Amino acid sequence: MPVNIKELSRKEDRLSSGHRLCGGCGSSIIVRQVLLAIDKPVIVANATGCLEVATTIYPYTAWKTPWIHSAFENAAATISGVEAAYKSLKKQGKITEDIAFVAFGGDGGTYDIGFQSLSGAMERNHKILYICYDNEAYMNTGIQRSSATPRGAWTTTTPVGKVLHGKIEKKKDIVASIAEQGATYVAQASISNFRDLIEKVRKAVSVDGASFIDILSPCPRGWRTDTSETVNIAKLAVETCYWPLYEIENGKWKINYVPREKKPITEYIKPQGRFTHLFRTENAYILEEIQQEVDAKWELLQRKAQLFQ
Amino acid sequence: MKLPGWKEMPEGIVILEAGNSREYETGSWRTFRPVLNKEKCINCLFCWIYCPDSSILVENEKMNGFDYSHCKGCGICSKVCPVKAIDMVEEVTV
Amino acid sequence: MKTKNLLALEGNQAIALAMRQINPDVVAAYPITPQTEIVQVFSEYVANGEVNTEFVTVESEHSALSACVGASAAGARVMTATSSQGLALMWEVLYIASGARLPIVMTVVNRALSSPINIHCDHSDAMGARDSGWIQFWSETVQEAYDNLIQAIRIAEKVHLPVMVNMDGFITSHAEEVIEPLSDEDVRSFVGEYKPTRMLLDVSNPYTIGPLALQDSYFEFKRSQAEAYKQVIPVVREVAEDFAKISGRKYELYEVYNLEDAEIGLVVLNSAAGTAKDVVDTLRTQGKKVGVIKPRLFRPLPVEELKKELSHLEVIGVMDRADTYGGFGGPLFGDIRSILYDSPNHPVILDYIYGLGGRDVTLEHIHKVFEGLESVKSSCKVENLVNYIGIRE
Repeated sequence: MPVNIKELSRKEDRLSSGHRLCGGCGSSIIVRQVLLAIDKPVIVANATGCLEVATTIYPYTAWKTPWIHSAFENAAATISGVEAAYKSLKKQGKITEDIAFVAFGGDGGTYDIGFQSLSGAMERNHKILYICYDNEAYMNTGIQRSSATPRGAWTTTTPVGKVLHGKIEKKKDIVASIAEQGATYVAQASISNFRDLIEKVRKAVSVDGASFIDILSPCPRGWRTDTSETVNIAKLAVETCYWPLYEIENGKWKINYVPREKKPITEYIKPQGRFTHLFRTENAYILEEIQQEVDAKWELLQRKAQLFQ
Repeated sequence: MKLPGWKEMPEGIVILEAGNSREYETGSWRTFRPVLNKEKCINCLFCWIYCPDSSILVENEKMNGFDYSHCKGCGICSKVCPVKAIDMVEEVTV
Repeated sequence: MKTKNLLALEGNQAIALAMRQINPDVVAAYPITPQTEIVQVFSEYVANGEVNTEFVTVESEHSALSACVGASAAGARVMTATSSQGLALMWEVLYIASGARLPIVMTVVNRALSSPINIHCDHSDAMGARDSGWIQFWSETVQEAYDNLIQAIRIAEKVHLPVMVNMDGFITSHAEEVIEPLSDEDVRSFVGEYKPTRMLLDVSNPYTIGPLALQDSYFEFKRSQAEAYKQVIPVVREVAEDFAKISGRKYELYEVYNLEDAEIGLVVLNSAAGTAKDVVDTLRTQGKKVGVIKPRLFRPLPVEELKKELSHLEVIGVMDRADTYGGFGGPLFGDIRSILYDSPNHPVILDYIYGLGGRDVTLEHIHKVFEGLESVKSSCKVENLVNYIGIRE
């Protein structure tokens, strides 16, 4: 069933306004789109981080769904427990309703400290959907680097100094790793392409197993971008093939969107203050290497997708 | 909201009023406010799907204004609007 | 004549049996020596369809307790088990579970904490968690561990606090004892059905659990939690009364052995209490006025009750199977001293740290302890308040 924005607009927003995320934050756009995509009741588990902290400052909560936060690295384990309770009570006839189980974690609580529990939950194939709102650094504690931080980015733990110019290591490829752990459905999505995002979420909650979707979450504060540019930057990420939209379902790779005209990575990088130093002459080689990296990964992705055509 | 004493609090670490953050008016954060040019608006609802603060009001599948008590003035709606029907105007305190 | 139903079981097997009879909705656990048999035996019950339990074979103890938190908040009856490093790995989640008032029941098979690594018995693991807000029961024998676990479910679900049932690693967990288990129906009707106040799976009544509480509210949350422990002792007593009716075994907050007219007493937890009681028997034949107290409920600490039982003693030896590095003697020593500080009689209290890392404690060792306490009583002089026994100097 195609995504109809008008029909969606009739649905209730299950994330209330009045949360204290920064103006222009990508994460609440992600949450809104994800929850609008799902038609059944949802129980949410949330890892410690910007989203969790800003949406549940006692005595206020922005969540209209049942919601649990326990710790930083265990959103996947927590939601696994909720799902296990559901399976058990359903088997005993104590619950009949159809419910979706969704975990939200930032890249910190997903790629790094949360990786173990995510891997475990995916490998056990619980019927859960894990959404990573990927703002590419530990934003809540003050913009420190994570393994999701891209090469060359300024962060407070990879600052630009006389000797070092931003993060040296490449961004970890988590989507492929999670597919390897045994998850049924994994994908990469972007708020800019909301129809694709919503279709992916719908597919994820319908599969009989674990799903993982990594969604780019531009962060005006941490990326040094204008609050109004969040969606445009997410779109540039897709159009430059830095953030290709693809999915892996039961091991089959599929590209969901091919840009008509692949834009150079500099167009994505230019509006972001965290990359300004890359435009210095002595850093030109980094920009070249970044473009080569993006090209190589896009090429590889296309080859993988071709194998399954 | 007045905070309760420990004796009046429900057991555990819970907030029982789901979605009550609506009572917290983040609109005061704004330095720019969105203003709609209704003639230009084509009701594509992109502003609605991209608002981080659920502050685009939609009535019967039509764009119906802004929730100024909560709008933080980020300007995303203005940027995503395909027909430039939303302007960001500086908030001026009189 | 009613024939007793007796079984020869190891501690771990008895715990697994109790778990089968309780039939929890969810168990999330990770293996660690010497707890492993609990999860292995339980797995067999699951594989044979003997339980309704959704058994989550998590990838670490941190995830085990996290999954338990999720499942319990969701509305399920949840159990788990661990030891030593596993309990240590769960540490942050212990506090989360108690703050969230979730009635999770966990067996801790007491094992020494690293470093160095050691798989044998001491109490450092559960003692390290004594401030975490979990109710703690300590069990001398396999029978006690089995009985404590079943009662723990009722207690946890009545007071809405998680409960830890301790038993000695290897000494109790792997030693076969003859126990009298309850019938499946008796356990089932004793624990009843779990009726949570609220549950995440009740999606028509959504709520948030685990918010951020800033400086303006965190204190009130914790004060509210602190108040809850006042209701525990009456509930422990009430559940023990009910348990006595179906089992014929009556449990108190602690066991007193020859203590009423004693002048010298020993405070001992878990299996070493059995050895201590044997020594008391021998010394009593020699006319020595000695006794033992074996705490069963350690958290919340039965302050007034223990004070009443111990005040009349002249000299008290506390046996600690754990040390507090940089503190003042072992953890039990600290608590007993603190309880008796205001006692008008002012008994002399000494600490005997023993059995770390599974070091055996023998009748001879305990005889020596009593000798030492005796000389303190007669000389009114204390050489060392904190002593280590059974160690190569």
